[in-house]
Amino acid sequence: MIFLIWEDSEVARRNVRYVALLTTVLTFVVSLGIWSGFENEQSGFQMVEKVAWIPGTDISYHMGIDGISMLFVVLTTFLMPLCVLASWDSVGPRIREYMIAFLILETLMIGVFCALDIVLFYVFFEGGLIPMFIIIGVWGGKRRVYASMKFFLYTLLGSVLMLIAIMAMYWQAGTTDMVALLEFDFGASAQTWLWLAFFASFAVKMPMWPVHTWLPDAHVEAPTAGSVILAGILLKLGGYGFIRFSLSMFPLGSQQFQMLVLVLSVIAIIYTSLVALRQEDMKKLIAYSSVAHMGYVTMGIFAANEQGLQGAIFQMLGHGLVSGALFLCVGVIYDRMHTREIAAYGGLVNRMPAYAVVFLIFTMANVGLPGTVGFVGEFLTLLGAFRANTWIALFATTGVILSAAYALYLYRRVVFGVLQKENLKAILDLSAREKAILYPLVVLTIFFGVYPMPIFDVTTASVNALLTDYRAAIDAASVVAVAN
Amino acid sequence: MDFFNDPNIALIWPELLLAVSAMVLLMIGAYGGERTNRPIAALSVAILLVAAGLVWIGPDEGLAFNNALVVDSFARLMKVLVLLGSAAGIFMSAAYSRAQHFDRFEYPILIMLAALGMMLMISANDLIALYLGLELQALTLYVVAAINRDSLRSTEAGLKYFVLGALSSGMLLYGASLIYGFTGHTNFEGIALAMADERTLGLVFGIVFMLAGIAFKISAVPFHMWTPDVYEGAPTAVTAFFSAAPKVAAMAMLIRVVYGAFEPATLEWQQILAFVSVASMGLGAFAAIGQTNIKRLMAYSSIGHMGFALVGVIAGTEAGVSGVITYLIIYLFTVLGTFAIILAMRRKDGAYEDITELSSIAKTNPMIALLMTAFMFSLAGIPPLAGFWAKWFVFLPAIQVELYWLAVIGVLASVVSAVYYLRIIKIMWFDEGEEGFVPMAAELRLVVGIAGLFVILYVLIAGPIATLAGNAARSFF
Repeated sequence: MIFLIWEDSEVARRNVRYVALLTTVLTFVVSLGIWSGFENEQSGFQMVEKVAWIPGTDISYHMGIDGISMLFVVLTTFLMPLCVLASWDSVGPRIREYMIAFLILETLMIGVFCALDIVLFYVFFEGGLIPMFIIIGVWGGKRRVYASMKFFLYTLLGSVLMLIAIMAMYWQAGTTDMVALLEFDFGASAQTWLWLAFFASFAVKMPMWPVHTWLPDAHVEAPTAGSVILAGILLKLGGYGFIRFSLSMFPLGSQQFQMLVLVLSVIAIIYTSLVALRQEDMKKLIAYSSVAHMGYVTMGIFAANEQGLQGAIFQMLGHGLVSGALFLCVGVIYDRMHTREIAAYGGLVNRMPAYAVVFLIFTMANVGLPGTVGFVGEFLTLLGAFRANTWIALFATTGVILSAAYALYLYRRVVFGVLQKENLKAILDLSAREKAILYPLVVLTIFFGVYPMPIFDVTTASVNALLTDYRAAIDAASVVAVAN
Repeated sequence: MDFFNDPNIALIWPELLLAVSAMVLLMIGAYGGERTNRPIAALSVAILLVAAGLVWIGPDEGLAFNNALVVDSFARLMKVLVLLGSAAGIFMSAAYSRAQHFDRFEYPILIMLAALGMMLMISANDLIALYLGLELQALTLYVVAAINRDSLRSTEAGLKYFVLGALSSGMLLYGASLIYGFTGHTNFEGIALAMADERTLGLVFGIVFMLAGIAFKISAVPFHMWTPDVYEGAPTAVTAFFSAAPKVAAMAMLIRVVYGAFEPATLEWQQILAFVSVASMGLGAFAAIGQTNIKRLMAYSSIGHMGFALVGVIAGTEAGVSGVITYLIIYLFTVLGTFAIILAMRRKDGAYEDITELSSIAKTNPMIALLMTAFMFSLAGIPPLAGFWAKWFVFLPAIQVELYWLAVIGVLASVVSAVYYLRIIKIMWFDEGEEGFVPMAAELRLVVGIAGLFVILYVLIAGPIATLAGNAARSFF
């Protein structure tokens, strides 16, 4: 269950793209094969592979998947060929290094989702910083140095605290194996500290308000494909980490800080939506909307009930498709006009009808219109939050209205209106390559919006098992508290 | 024939080889003149490697000369590291010293003598043996720092190093005399036994002074002041040597002293070293941010790294010592590779030391730039590179003895220090370079290649190295 992909770096420049495309497509096919071999009813880890790594310590190369990680792996492998296609012509210099960086990034991201050893997880989690730093820094926009440094240092600062927590867990439980750690009961006060350390890392990665400020910079400066990966996959690491570590391993800590996370999520939803309304840069607007959507995810996760958690996972997958697609849409017109200023566009519908339709569908999915993936996730997380705390749900719902406001406002300014600007009059509609990128996303966005069951089939068993353990741990702790 | 069967001699064959051949080579150089420069350099590299081999196949453990010298698996591993580091130091200097006109035959010989001193430091089991080794090493290093006689900066570096070094030796001697006075022993075992009974204030003073002297040798704050000036002033080839082998030797000596002699006084020296460690990590992280000279930057970086390594010493457990050993191995490789690249920063009109000049590397030699990137990420401690594992193995023992605050300060310092490592990467890849450098010398390529493979593929050899370090650490427990 490993696919380490090594690019033949000697291949000629024009072959690089085909090799990269072929590799990513093959990886996607392999991951689909794994999905078909995946047994939905089982809640534990499947297709486990374990090799001893560092003798004298417990650290091993231990990989496997369960219902929660399965879909993230598929999402990663699905988005990667699209990213390669999206960078087909827009990346000029050093295309070879660019593709190598992307393939390494893919390897590491799949590794994060499959790792069943906590040190291995950290290695993949942190290792992903290196290619992403280079992708933003080398192929980014004007302020790329600032953005890449900010991205790197923010994430590193959060992660090193997690590293300390990992060491502390290793010391207390005597193992780095995640399967064993999931069984292990940490003491209540230890859980508080460990939870906070992990929260520092994942909250930055997610990103949650108020540590989200690296994201708009990173998104704006990253090349299109970089933004897609950032929004589609890297942000999901935070959510995945919350589910896998915070909720499963530290149930008492999660319960203790539940209110904190819910309040921060609601602030993120409302505040960043308002900020998004005022953006002049398309990518920045979508970046802020990502922060708001991630607010729904954290809200759903820490609502800690079935609807919330299922909704959060679905929201992450849906957001991976939709925000990735939106960045690709921005990339399409950026490649033509080389500006992301909203004011520089207007009336595109006259020259680019196909583009207008595609962009509309993704905008609607971003808003959460019923019938698209955005709706299912948002609805379920809100439902979950409603069961956890009515007020939280009430405030979070206003975010739905705000998201409609900023998304439609963006759409109106870019696509509708009169085509006045001289340089826009010659703009071309989607090319065959761009259609090949965007149409599959359209199909999936609507398909999973109408029929989300394939997703839930995979996740249900694992989510239920997780929540059963979670409640059992909290009940046990309250029994102890009463007995004392 | 008795000489060859003497059990004392059997333990010091590598040292004897170095001492005798250094003198023979000195004679050859003195009578042979300039044309012997290159053969002497080549021979000394070979002899250092042979000595490393002798250490490796030599006796596993034993005591010699009335317990003045000790050989155990820790000493053997550290000696091999020091010899490899010294050999690499001479090897890397070849092209540079020719271009900078200090290709004197004395240079390799001095490094051999320094290596001999370092081996004695590592093996010392007695205060007098320790001081002998330390001074042999220190005196040769003072000379080596000033080897480029015609350069004002080089002689300045040598003089500074000498004055401050003499001061620190004085402190160490003063501490040693206090310890001898209060315990009545110069032998480490005797000191440990005496300390276990009673620890007077005078004894604690002795510990403080000795640790201050040793802290100078590993360039830990607050005894670090010489490091940036000497690193910057000395010829780059010499700096490359300074940053690797002597650091390993001094750290090994520190471990030997605190675990061999001061073991009963663990609580006392832990406090001192904890302060030194935190101060070094902090200064190393913040002071390097503003540097523009790559050698000066590496000086502050080495101060910070010694602080990180000390975290493992402070933990006071077998895992801690094993962590420090791992840290030193990884640091040795990384820093040698980095300096090999710094040595290659030359154009036709001479060597360059400003970090902005690195922007030329990515264009002329992307492979080298890639390896430099790996070294920098490794020094910053980003997985999966070697530097991450170095930090993992020293912070984990600290967590195990519940030194959470130390570990937290450590990782925060490593985030701050990531700023300047990232800046170097940024300069290499994001900035447009000017004119390219001259092609890299073959021997530098070799060193960079080996170090690069080590740093990048460390995950594959982490197991054997952990075993090696674990065995060495067991000598003390």
